[in-house]
Amino acid sequence: MESKYDSLLEIHDLSVSFKMYDKALEQTDLQVISDLHLTVRPGEIVAVAGSSGSGKSLLASAILGILPGNATVGGHLHYKGLELTPERQINLRGTEIALIPQSVAYLDPLMKVGKQADGHKKPYPTEKRRGLFKRFGLPEKTENLYPFQLSGGMARRVLVSTALITDAELIIADEPTPGMSLDQALEALKMFRELANEGKAIILITHDIDLAFEFADRVAVFYAGTTVEVADTEDFRRGPEYLRHPYSKALWNALPQNGFKPIDGFQPYAGNLPTGCLFNPRCPYATVECRMKTPPVTRIRGGEVRCFHAT
Amino acid sequence: MTGTAARLAKIFLRYGFKIITLLLAVSIVSFVLVSASPVDPVQQYILSLGTTVSDEQRAEIEEYWGVNEAPVERYFNWLSSLLKGDFGTSLLYRRPVIDIIGERFVNSLALMLCAWVFSGIIGFALGCVMGMYKDRLADSIIKKICYVLSSIPTFWLGLLFLLVFAVILGWFPIGFSTPIGVQESDVSIWQRLHHLVLPALTLSLMSFANIALHTRQKLIDVLSSEYVLFARARGESKWEIFKRHGFRNILLPAITLQFASFAELFGGSVLAENVFSYPGLGSAVSAAGLNSDLPLLLGVTLFSALFVCVGNMIANLLYGLIDPQIKEAQE
Repeated sequence: MESKYDSLLEIHDLSVSFKMYDKALEQTDLQVISDLHLTVRPGEIVAVAGSSGSGKSLLASAILGILPGNATVGGHLHYKGLELTPERQINLRGTEIALIPQSVAYLDPLMKVGKQADGHKKPYPTEKRRGLFKRFGLPEKTENLYPFQLSGGMARRVLVSTALITDAELIIADEPTPGMSLDQALEALKMFRELANEGKAIILITHDIDLAFEFADRVAVFYAGTTVEVADTEDFRRGPEYLRHPYSKALWNALPQNGFKPIDGFQPYAGNLPTGCLFNPRCPYATVECRMKTPPVTRIRGGEVRCFHAT
Repeated sequence: MTGTAARLAKIFLRYGFKIITLLLAVSIVSFVLVSASPVDPVQQYILSLGTTVSDEQRAEIEEYWGVNEAPVERYFNWLSSLLKGDFGTSLLYRRPVIDIIGERFVNSLALMLCAWVFSGIIGFALGCVMGMYKDRLADSIIKKICYVLSSIPTFWLGLLFLLVFAVILGWFPIGFSTPIGVQESDVSIWQRLHHLVLPALTLSLMSFANIALHTRQKLIDVLSSEYVLFARARGESKWEIFKRHGFRNILLPAITLQFASFAELFGGSVLAENVFSYPGLGSAVSAAGLNSDLPLLLGVTLFSALFVCVGNMIANLLYGLIDPQIKEAQE
């Protein structure tokens, strides 16, 4: 399907910081996302990979405009070519942009899941929702259960249904598959693929890198709140020599089927970020330049990378 | 639905057993306390007669009342007549205790019910407003009012109301539940309500702050929950979030708090009734205490313990009906 827009969502130099009070009650800004970029085109699934604390879930909140009140957002967000202002975010969320949240805690504990999945917009899409529940193999009585009565996998399927019920053009799925059986996870991802084939776009935030490789078109690797590399999924399938950033290569090598080799050190915490390239303290190729300056986004072999030494 | 009936029967049996043991304990403790009281009931009685009494007559009264029997024996005498439905006779009013409690309870119930409903609704509504507009002007104003009200003693507030509304403005009568000099049968419902306003207002202002502040905090907790974040992500407006998620999730704790407040309500009514000379259980209990009217004092104590118990029991039962998680646990 042809689209009017080159990109559905474009993010440049996104930064998110939180106003915090330290022990001396001094106000400080805690930078959690910096210089983050990501482009999502209609018809594609973009996987966002990275360890906990790399800013994956916050990205989802920033796109939807549901960050807490003490957050400050900088940089540029464009949706369908236009600046994504807070007013537009209010209009778009739940209609054009849908979120699939992480866990059952995102369901109201005192509302039956059927009613909850239907959402607040009348007329309630009850028939459509029943179809989705059925497709996901949820028993008919599920709609009358409360969230605490669901198993982990059932809860995920209900959460995925909440997004598929809408006609959203952009779905942000935050870890949608853990707890599902392989069949159910495949079913969910197959539905994402169908939606993408209809011209919609999916951001798949995930730990499950194998599944991401199977279904995503491109993979964005996050590290300490920034995008270090965006590459075609194909590059990840082929091996580390096709990847561009040292961290992506390390991530590839750390996968169980690729030797399970960890690298030294750990991801820096917000408030304790190094200057220059955020990966430089752990990078075997780090030079003085890496410690001084943030590397710009460079296009190499069809991918995007933030590294002075990428080839 | 025999299953439901059986379950209900089980619940009532369990609560019934608890209440009976609790009432026994309350009766023992209050009997001990009253026995240890320095006030001599015979002396009080003779004083209230207004005439002098010879030593022989005094000994006869003591004999008749059984003052010289051992406390344990007296307790069992009292308990056995209680079990036969005889609460004894009030020394102060010279009438059966059960009649006095019945009559006074109706007055108190009207007062407490008004205060209870009023404070519940106002407290819940103001709590919702504060929670929805946290840290804004409305919140900070109402919050300060709540703090001030919850730190003012009931009797002081009652006196202030009397001074302003009854003495200076003359809008309301200064006391009692009916106009002075009017036959009981001639008193209209409006006159009764007119007498009820000030004590009920005093009593409700005492407890609404508590409910408002609790509701505020609970709503703030709910609004910062993950499920409300998700509701926002789905495009629900602030009002829709309150309607769909907020209200539902704060109602339960508010109801529990409201029914559990029976004890405070009763305590508050003792003070309010005294300030307004309102003839309810509260003023009866203080009169009984001051005049060492043992049968009446014990009767009212037992009755109020029962009243508070029933309040808590209703809260527990409602919780099971409303909260699906507890409902399942009970099943």
